[in-house]
Amino acid sequence: MKPSLALGAVLSAAALAAAVLSLIWMPYDITQLAIAQKLQPPSLAHWAGTDHFGRDIASMLMAGARTSLAVALVAVGIGVGVGVPLGLSAAALRGSWLDEVMMRGNDLIFAFPSLVIAILITAVFGPSATNAIIAIGIFNIPVFARVARAGALSLWTLDYIRAAQVAGKGRARISAEHILPNIANLLIVQGTIQFSLGILAEAGLSYVGLGAQPPTASWGRMLAEAQTMVTLAPHVALAPGLAIVVTVLGLNLLGDGLRDALDPRLRGRVA
Amino acid sequence: MGRYILRRLITLAASLLLASLVIFALIEVTPGDPASFMLGLNAAPETVAALRDQLGLNDPLPLRYLHWVAGMVQGDFGLSYTYKVPVADLVADRLKISLPLALIALALSSALALPAGVWAASRRGRAGDALVMGATQLGIAVPNFWFAMLLVLVFAIKWRLFPAGGFPGWSDPLAALRALTLPAIALALPQAAILARVLRSALIETLGQDYIRTARAKGLSRRAALTRHALRNALIPVLTILGMQFSFLLAGAIIIENVFYIPGLGRLIFQAITQRDLIVVESVVMILVFAVIAVTFLTDLAYALVDPRLRRHA
Repeated sequence: MKPSLALGAVLSAAALAAAVLSLIWMPYDITQLAIAQKLQPPSLAHWAGTDHFGRDIASMLMAGARTSLAVALVAVGIGVGVGVPLGLSAAALRGSWLDEVMMRGNDLIFAFPSLVIAILITAVFGPSATNAIIAIGIFNIPVFARVARAGALSLWTLDYIRAAQVAGKGRARISAEHILPNIANLLIVQGTIQFSLGILAEAGLSYVGLGAQPPTASWGRMLAEAQTMVTLAPHVALAPGLAIVVTVLGLNLLGDGLRDALDPRLRGRVA
Repeated sequence: MGRYILRRLITLAASLLLASLVIFALIEVTPGDPASFMLGLNAAPETVAALRDQLGLNDPLPLRYLHWVAGMVQGDFGLSYTYKVPVADLVADRLKISLPLALIALALSSALALPAGVWAASRRGRAGDALVMGATQLGIAVPNFWFAMLLVLVFAIKWRLFPAGGFPGWSDPLAALRALTLPAIALALPQAAILARVLRSALIETLGQDYIRTARAKGLSRRAALTRHALRNALIPVLTILGMQFSFLLAGAIIIENVFYIPGLGRLIFQAITQRDLIVVESVVMILVFAVIAVTFLTDLAYALVDPRLRRHA
């Protein structure tokens, strides 16, 4: 295993572990305010310090990991759930009107400023984690549709797929039984990348106040709140940012590493 | 070539038509009555109804759509509900800030990314390559608004070299440029990281081509083969990314402009969304989509001119 892949796996696992652990245990209760303890620098008791309400930042980061990962993961789920069947059917019916409509539709969605539309959706339908998921998920659909279609198209020309056709299997069944398992690699790699992009998008949305709402903890909103007191207590602004960087970096390294490991032809090439 | 251009033009028109329908529908399902937003909470229902009538909000849907599209074709993007001025004027005003900001960010990211990409590709697999690749991984992972906060903390608050936010206007160009410096750096960093990676992989791809081997066999040095032959061909994907990044920088500045309180296009959209100034949202999004589609069209056309192989496959 390449060191970058190992590092990516470790960082991603750490973020995931923090999120899962936060469900059953956190060092402090983040719903309890302790104004007397506010804006403390990192110490043994609060190893990432406390925020302006005296809440333990390490505990907030753990709860924030849960929000970030959940939003990004479900958004990837939407992209895979809708995009992959679309891409598979477009490839199965190559050159048909469905294929044409889907590809043009894809191009069109890519032309839309995704952040602006996401902000529009979350502002209009009410800022919440659910609407953030939908806003991010919608833009994952064309990405997975494109990857699934491209991967499937190259497989449809292979002999064993022809053989399955000759044996009397329908296009839908071939797509599910033979094509899907063989493009799983591509989908996993793309899934990792979209996962990390989703975390950045969620952070951006909650930073402008359109993501998860209080009392749900979120890295983006922690940063927004920290902005006003960045001179008083820089550690309040540093910790959530570092959490985002570590998680996104981990997922990107994992995605790149997996791509190289799964496809030897791509070894050493990075896009 | 003529037929190719014609076909691309038809696709372009169809995309724009479809995009306008999507945007119109999106705004249509948006809850919140612009008339009540404009008049405030205490407005009498009759006043709201009268204003709705005046704004044409009571017209049938298809008529309103046609009205909007016909207006845009003539350069009339409607009247902002909140600012009470033509949207076109608003956009033109904001572009005076957002366009230079995007251009500076683009110049910065290219200045950073091009040498870094070339250097990494020429040192493929060695320490220098790993260093550049590691730095770009970090650049992609850093949220630009957090990077912006750190820049403010260090360069505006600690060292007082640049203002922490706001925009003084172009009457004092030097002050204006100083105000745009930190936002431009914050925007440029992730872009530079992506650009460097694209250039590196494109260069590595072209360096493996037969004509590079031929050039080397002729006795050309590695460096000469790289700069004279590989770089020129590797620039094609780089230009595509640059074109896409430019439109992203115009709209993508939405959060950065909020961090620095810069009254640009991004802040205009953001405020319009929160104030339900839907005509502004509708028109600005349409303009952005048009920009992306037009840039894509022009790059495709440029490629087809340069590389005849692309005409047949497109």
